[in-house]
Amino acid sequence: MNIEYIFYFLSALTIICATMVVVSKHPIRSVLFLVATFFCISAHYILLNAQFLALVNIVVYAGAIMVLFLFVIMFLNLNDQMEHNKSPMFWLAAIVSAGSIFLMVVSAIGTTQLSIPEGNTENYTLGLVENIGMKLYTDYLFPMEICSVLFLVAMIGAVLLSRKENKMISNSQIF
Amino acid sequence: MYKPDIIEHISLNHYIILGTAIFIIGLLGVLVRKNIIIVFMCIELMLNGVNLILASTSTFYSDAGGQVMVFFTMAVAAAEVSVGLAIIVMMFKNLQSLNIDLFGRLKG
Repeated sequence: MNIEYIFYFLSALTIICATMVVVSKHPIRSVLFLVATFFCISAHYILLNAQFLALVNIVVYAGAIMVLFLFVIMFLNLNDQMEHNKSPMFWLAAIVSAGSIFLMVVSAIGTTQLSIPEGNTENYTLGLVENIGMKLYTDYLFPMEICSVLFLVAMIGAVLLSRKENKMISNSQIF
Repeated sequence: MYKPDIIEHISLNHYIILGTAIFIIGLLGVLVRKNIIIVFMCIELMLNGVNLILASTSTFYSDAGGQVMVFFTMAVAAAEVSVGLAIIVMMFKNLQSLNIDLFGRLKG
């Protein structure tokens, strides 16, 4: 099987799944189509020989983030929350404006000559785990440490935000 | 290590167009949907379109910096989702609704 057909098939699948995320009525279906989109994008990463990214994409996005979304949707009990859709004119205006941005970018790419440097394209192991890990802990060490601080702040923020309001008031009255 | 076949058969422009298409679909979702959770998911879709362009450019130019940037984008997205969903749950407790028009009350 030719690799071009794999690319076109995966691209079509990705775009169909992404469109279904936007147009499906129920949020659960949107989440499941989003998971399918992430798996398709991971397959693209494998085609590009970026294996570390493919693994991280599945573990972080399809594993952690989507489970978080599913829990929140089930937690909120949205059965009586029927969405009032916007008018067809609004859909039309949004599609026209988004499509014109897309056409603008595509025409800009079509007129640009991207120069691929010839002598530099010999290193094909750069997407593997040991290479990315080496980069992360030598050249990009400082952003990596900032990332861990960011996670700590996000964790504290999420816990603080989801605390009960009256408990905070009673604590402030005690102290 | 073998050379990825995709470099010889597919040009970088294909990947840029695919990533742009995913980004635009996410933008469309942000514009038209009223459920704030779906708007949030469409933001994830936009992030993934940009990630795909970064990773493909990194492979085509043989520079690992693009893939490291994708890693940082994923880290920031994970942190953003946890805080954002906490805010959504809290606003749902206050408003009993997920309609994004009601979230304009957040100002001031």
